[in-house]
Amino acid sequence: MTARLARLPWGVVVLVLAFFVPAMGSRFYTFLANDIVIWALFATSLNLLVGVTGLVSFGHAAYFGIGAYATGLLMKKLGVPFVLAFPAAGVLAGALALVFGFFCVRLTRIYFAMLTLAFAQIVWAICFKWNEVTGGEQGMPEIPYPSFDWIAELPLVGGWRTAEYFYFLTLVLVALCLWVLRRIVGSPFGRMLTTIRENAERAEFIGVNVRRYELAAFVLAGAFAGLAGGLFGIFNRGVFPDFAYWTKSSEVLIMTLLGGMGTFYGPAIGALVLILLNQQIVAYTEYWPFVLGTILVVLLFVFPGGLAGAVQAAARRVGRPRRA
Amino acid sequence: MLEVRGVRKSFDGFMAVCDVSVRVERGQIAAIIGPNGAGKTTLFNLVTGHLRPDAGTVVLDGRDVTGLAPHDVCRLGMGRSFQRTNIFPRLTVYENVQAAFLSHRGRGRDLWSRVARLYREETLALLGSLGLLEQADETSGFLSHGAQKQLELGIALASEPALLLLDEPTAGMSATETRETIRLVERIARERGLTLLFTEHDMEVVFSIAQRITVLHQGRVIAEGTPTEVRADVEVRRVYLGERR
Repeated sequence: MTARLARLPWGVVVLVLAFFVPAMGSRFYTFLANDIVIWALFATSLNLLVGVTGLVSFGHAAYFGIGAYATGLLMKKLGVPFVLAFPAAGVLAGALALVFGFFCVRLTRIYFAMLTLAFAQIVWAICFKWNEVTGGEQGMPEIPYPSFDWIAELPLVGGWRTAEYFYFLTLVLVALCLWVLRRIVGSPFGRMLTTIRENAERAEFIGVNVRRYELAAFVLAGAFAGLAGGLFGIFNRGVFPDFAYWTKSSEVLIMTLLGGMGTFYGPAIGALVLILLNQQIVAYTEYWPFVLGTILVVLLFVFPGGLAGAVQAAARRVGRPRRA
Repeated sequence: MLEVRGVRKSFDGFMAVCDVSVRVERGQIAAIIGPNGAGKTTLFNLVTGHLRPDAGTVVLDGRDVTGLAPHDVCRLGMGRSFQRTNIFPRLTVYENVQAAFLSHRGRGRDLWSRVARLYREETLALLGSLGLLEQADETSGFLSHGAQKQLELGIALASEPALLLLDEPTAGMSATETRETIRLVERIARERGLTLLFTEHDMEVVFSIAQRITVLHQGRVIAEGTPTEVRADVEVRRVYLGERR
């Protein structure tokens, strides 16, 4: 039973279910789901560093922010269509990750983490001050939606609002990105990254060029964070400097830890839980950071492997007597 | 096969290895012995690129490898096991050895293939020859100390080295485990035509399998020769063998 449950293609099931969210008729649910889906990609991209390679980045928001500004600027100021502006977010964020990562991977542990944070703050400061390009402190409001006119004319799929079309588009793109990330994690390259996490010294002496692999992971993680950022700017109807601020970096790190960095979908689950929790708590009290903090502390102590880790452990406990 | 010429390394003024030269011929089994702190592990680190020597050269198979990074040295045909057991603890036994095959055969840059079944045959065959086949799917960090050491040997062998460096391969093992490990190492070296250089503190082990022995004391070579010659050396008896009696 549990074995059969475990074999279900859960990713596909969740994707199909997610398509029905707008049909529930609430704009708010669609909004919330869209938020979650984008953050799920952001958190999963971070996990390529944290969970797979064992590199803790405190500055992952830099690449999210760069992606958001890239897509936003291209679409709003230059009128570039989404088909080009979206991949541009990944390319630009990846390129920046290559430059920053070149320096970061030369350091280890806490020094690595601090340097990622420092670079992220530089990105934030530039976004904050460079008024002519980024709009500075005021940010860049009114990023246009991609054009959905052609879809609306198709039979069967017409009749939704633009925000809902954008949600469907986000679902498809994020699903694609997650699929690619999953293939990468499960590839020989992914295995090399795991050996670095487990024991960098030994990895060197099976012939792995540790720095180069770490840099490759950094670039990939940055690129996918950039794609998430590109979507988020449009979803948010505007791009603001705080996209690259350190609080965003810590938020995505918390999602990753909460969901469980030991599993592929853990960070996505973390994104879901954290955003829903946040939503619920804000409705009840203005002290939500306090309540949220307490809940997080408890969860992290009770489930050190994150929520996904806890589910796996429970499934194993249920599954064992049946096999015996 | 390996020629170390006059390497020297000091840490903050402390001379850990001083003008040491070691020569290992192809197919030979050679040992480096010496009391704790004699500089054996430092010498290994100099040879494998983990440390850069202050002076001297390391030549592998006619090629100067002095100062190359460990991953490059590894690619040139040198395998290594470490004194502290050095495996990938949260991967399975199978994955540990398979990872070494993937890296050695240059598949590490492959971002798309599914990893699980790659080099399955090779990995299982190697695990078989090490006697680890039954534990293939166990998490390697939970193995016994002896089995972890054997696994580490497996990881080193998967890189298909011509020269294998073993840093105290029997450290922390029981007498039985030690004997088994030595028999295993000897058999594998013979089967694969490996050149072997190892450090060891267990005299019995050294004199039973080594063909050449280099004795280090306080970072310097004090004797070098066949087991019989070394055993007869007055200086060695005084500083080393005598110490252990």
